[in-house]
Amino acid sequence: MSLAKPAMRGLLAKRLRFHLPIAFALSLVAAAAFKYGVTEPRKKAYADFYKEYDAMKEFNAMREAGIFESVRPSGE
Amino acid sequence: MLATRALRLVGKRALSTSICLRGGHGVAKVEDYTLPAYFDRRENPLPDIKFVQQLSPEQKSLKEKEKGSWAVLSKEEKIALYRISFKESFAEMEKGTGEWKSVVAGIFFFIGFTGLVVLWQRKYVYGDVPHTFDPEYKQKELQRMLDMRINPVEGFSAKWDYENNAWKK
Repeated sequence: MSLAKPAMRGLLAKRLRFHLPIAFALSLVAAAAFKYGVTEPRKKAYADFYKEYDAMKEFNAMREAGIFESVRPSGE
Repeated sequence: MLATRALRLVGKRALSTSICLRGGHGVAKVEDYTLPAYFDRRENPLPDIKFVQQLSPEQKSLKEKEKGSWAVLSKEEKIALYRISFKESFAEMEKGTGEWKSVVAGIFFFIGFTGLVVLWQRKYVYGDVPHTFDPEYKQKELQRMLDMRINPVEGFSAKWDYENNAWKK
């Protein structure tokens, strides 16, 4: 009934050898997923919005709605 | 083992010269908690004393048999010897108690009770909400947000169709 001597040294090194590559890979995947899932669509949304944006038209629409205090709607 | 021997000596007063006598009062009483104790802990696998201190006659004869070859001991005798030295096996001492079920049950119960308290409070303690919560007022608030073009790129106003005066499909 003689058991093998258990591993006494290098336990942390063994764990790191296994877990660090996985950790790095998962971190890269998380970063890539966020970039292509969130930031790229957001940049495109802003680009598309401002491609056809007419500032004066929007300003006049807001003025007519009566939200400004410095310029009242053209009727008054 | 030493402590039990010391106790017997105290009873017999055999070593009066080496025992410190305090002003004629005799030896100080030995408290239970000062003696080596038996306890089942994973961190302390071999306690200071055996579990069974006073052996019955069968146990005494078993101990004598233990002094011989262990190969002739039967399985029940080996287990009996183990139980003399130890109270619970590692499996028995490590086993969970199921206490967590009572804890979780208590948690749910008190959360439920708190819910009842909150309901009673809403009915009997709190007054009316401000007029700004009225549906008409809320409608005017929403219209003002749309007029101000709140979050026109990705958020609130981006979902409103200004030409048709409706939410985007």
